[in-house]
Amino acid sequence: MIARAARSGWLFWGSLFAATWLLSTYSFQLYKALDARWIVRYPKAWEMPLEDHISAFLDWLVESAGFYFFSFRDLTRAISALIEAPYQVLRNLLVEGFSSGVGDAAVQIAPALSWIAVIVTIMAIGHYARDWFLSVLVGACFLYLAVFGQWESAMVTLASVLISVPIGVVGGLFLGILAYRVSWFERMLRPVLDLMQTVPVFAYLVPILILFGFGPVAALVATVIYAMPPMVRITIVALNSVPTEVIEAGRMAGCRNRQMMWKVLVPSAVPTLMVGVNQVIMLTLNMVIIASMIGAGGLGFDVLSSLRRLDIGGGIEAGLGIVVMAIALDRASQAFAERSARHPLDGNLLQRHPWSGTVFLVIASTLILGQFVPAVQTYPDTLTITTGPFWSNTMEWINVNFFDTFEAIKTVILQWLLLPVKKFFAGIPWAWGIIATALIAWRVGGWKIGLLAALLMTFIAASGLWPKAMVTIYLCGVSVLIATIIGIPLGIWAAESPRAGRVILGLMDTLQTLPSFVYLIPVVMLFRVGDFSAMIAVILYALAPAVRYAAHGLKEVPPPLIEAGLMSGCTKRQLLWRIKLPLATPHLFLGLNQTIMLALSMLVITALVGTRDLGQEVYIALTKANAGQGIVAGLSVAFIAIITDRIINALAAGQRERLGV
Amino acid sequence: MTTPVILDCRNVWKLYGAQADTFLNTNANPSTADLEAANLIGAVRAVNVQIRKGEIFVIMGLSGSGKSTLVRCMSRLVESTAGEIRFEGKDLLSASEEELIQIRRKKMGMVFQQFALLPHLTVLENAAFPLDVQGVDKTTREARAREVVELVGLKGREGYFPRELSGGQQQRVGIARSLAAEPEIWFLDEPFSALDPLIRREMQDEFLRLQNILHKTIVFITHDFDEAIRLADRIAVMKDGIIEQVATPEELVLHPATDYVAEFTRHVSRAKVIRAASVMEPLNGGSFAGEVAHDAVIEAIADPVEASDLPHKVMEDGEPVGQISRKAVVDVLVGRR
Repeated sequence: MIARAARSGWLFWGSLFAATWLLSTYSFQLYKALDARWIVRYPKAWEMPLEDHISAFLDWLVESAGFYFFSFRDLTRAISALIEAPYQVLRNLLVEGFSSGVGDAAVQIAPALSWIAVIVTIMAIGHYARDWFLSVLVGACFLYLAVFGQWESAMVTLASVLISVPIGVVGGLFLGILAYRVSWFERMLRPVLDLMQTVPVFAYLVPILILFGFGPVAALVATVIYAMPPMVRITIVALNSVPTEVIEAGRMAGCRNRQMMWKVLVPSAVPTLMVGVNQVIMLTLNMVIIASMIGAGGLGFDVLSSLRRLDIGGGIEAGLGIVVMAIALDRASQAFAERSARHPLDGNLLQRHPWSGTVFLVIASTLILGQFVPAVQTYPDTLTITTGPFWSNTMEWINVNFFDTFEAIKTVILQWLLLPVKKFFAGIPWAWGIIATALIAWRVGGWKIGLLAALLMTFIAASGLWPKAMVTIYLCGVSVLIATIIGIPLGIWAAESPRAGRVILGLMDTLQTLPSFVYLIPVVMLFRVGDFSAMIAVILYALAPAVRYAAHGLKEVPPPLIEAGLMSGCTKRQLLWRIKLPLATPHLFLGLNQTIMLALSMLVITALVGTRDLGQEVYIALTKANAGQGIVAGLSVAFIAIITDRIINALAAGQRERLGV
Repeated sequence: MTTPVILDCRNVWKLYGAQADTFLNTNANPSTADLEAANLIGAVRAVNVQIRKGEIFVIMGLSGSGKSTLVRCMSRLVESTAGEIRFEGKDLLSASEEELIQIRRKKMGMVFQQFALLPHLTVLENAAFPLDVQGVDKTTREARAREVVELVGLKGREGYFPRELSGGQQQRVGIARSLAAEPEIWFLDEPFSALDPLIRREMQDEFLRLQNILHKTIVFITHDFDEAIRLADRIAVMKDGIIEQVATPEELVLHPATDYVAEFTRHVSRAKVIRAASVMEPLNGGSFAGEVAHDAVIEAIADPVEASDLPHKVMEDGEPVGQISRKAVVDVLVGRR
């Protein structure tokens, strides 16, 4: 009976939904009728004390763990010192200037780099990486930071980025090389990487705080951990995609292992590796902003403190600073990825190195000039333009004039979409929730994925986080639904009309480079805190992959098939619905998958605007410095991500198989 | 045929599959059916070839015939499953990693189908790469690289990157690189297969020109029978991992050992392969119109022989060894023999 029902898809999905809906609606009555409270609430007595174990383990690690010659605490202190020293040098270079002595006795030896010197340097980098256009773009971005009074914070952020990126890149490269060379290491590393990319950042902020203490070092450690996994992955992929013949050529030339790696494999893989570097830079920036909560300072801190003060103008200003910086860093590092080796120039030293020469001269001359003309050293305060009041007024004006409209939209969506869905998910009894998830996973991807789903969902229930997990799923589900409804048509439009495509895809590129934190600012200003604001922020953040994959999928449809459709006399609409969209479904699924992953990662950040989901649980753990709580809640989010990822990948694989592509 | 054997392969096997390593211990000479039953793929099966010093030895086979695997067994890029390979009298398969590196550095050169140039190095640096790896100092290795780059006709393009060159030019760089360390034996794995037909022809001429200067021992892989006939001193025809026949182009055409080989030779232009000595008649003491060399192909001597009524004398080492008449040439040209 079950087997037959499973065979006919319609019956399976229909009855699964009906059962879930019935149980969700009448779970309370069921509990009353049977007097079985365990139906609606996971019994406390069955909960695993995993939280306490983790916390106790961390306490032990910090308090008494030791190796033969040094304690664990010595180790973390040594790492701190190792990171702190170069970080301080960079801060001195960019922000504070070098001085000897401490406190009142401090004597300044040399000032920080002048704003002119920094801008010229970044322009030189832009020109070196591509051309004058890029040079002017990145120069303008940094000039913006100076003119709009964000310079000092921006330089603090830049210092953090400059210290984390090399560590992330080099660390990722070496881990990747190790994984390439040693197969068991790769097998071990793979699940760890999966987990690290899905566990929300806040979750490991807590243990890092406990190990390294509040301050910039903890923030940098968290940043490196967050930004390294993609570099490891890309390194493995890049090394594996070096053509066999190139490797054989290296062996026939008589390369030893080390020569093979550094003279053949790594240089051949550089273009792909640079894509990884770009990712590390963008993730680092994203994380540095978030990490301002644990003492990294910089632009993120400005946004956070203005949000707390409800200083709308200040928040937007600092937020725009982050946007500008993200654009500059992204464009410059992308240009490096696309740059190919060039011919060296001829001439004397200065002619061969025009940019290094210029930069050196500018640094030296502003250093000297800055002693006499302060405006050369520091951008004069009198010339800064503040847009804070403008933004505050605009927001006030919008709120005064459109308050009712916004409120109406918000109420309608809350009333007719968010609340019913929330009620549905919150009502599902935990036991049935586990069974239903397992059934879906089994049906789509086979018994292995079904078992995995059952186990992971049981973990969530057993951690006592079931209700919050349901809130997470509901918020994520609604946001993803809306993002898909908006995103796929946009993607289709972008694919069908090249001109619209350039604008839309360009916009999506920019949206994706923005640190997730930035999305919260306008949303909170317009809609204040709550589920609705969280939803809007998640939709904005997660929109890009839905659009991109849809556009990409449509463009990938083989031209002969389109020609065949045209010659069969399809109209434009028929061509889209009958040929292009069906063939693009695997891509659409992948886009959906990415959308869900981004939505989950953003949800945790929206905990800052007051949702009551797993994100909030992680955030509470962060404020209470409860490592166990944070990690368990973080793992729960990761598990939800892993289950959906497996299910959707199975769907996409099935679809690809059906289409034979 | 007294030139010494430089590379000697005896009963070389390469199997792929789950029990590839142990299978031959219990079954010394498995048939195609045996391998299939054991779920193994026999890429190279019981191969015996002797490469002689200074010859161009072509291994010809269609894709999947195991020719690329065989040449990789010879250079130990692929470890053979069984058999013996002796290089200059020493056992190659038991050479240690360090010995192997030294052999490859000093004695072997290889050219690849897709060129396999390093994208971040210039033409000169690519050509100098094997010397760089050996630790040769920069001036010496660049001087040597300049020589080989000039030898392959790329003088003036030393500073170019591979992406700035055409396919034919890129393969010239590949050739230059493989010659930089002055190897004893030169492996070419389908070096011209990725090129357009016209360029391919030009590169074949270039290759013959180089060989006239260098006199290397060459193992040349191709799937193109015409190319094989054009270049080879001897050809090994390979099918399903087995060598069907090893012979000179002429023998191959005149006496194909198997139907498979015959299938290839059927459409070959015979006048390009058959030499005067194969179709000459005994001297009959009459008068002659002229002389031809015993190893000249018919195509080259057809015009004068066909134009004269009298036969031509066939000369070997200054001695007449036979005569060739108009009829013999026409027989070859129209395919009567």
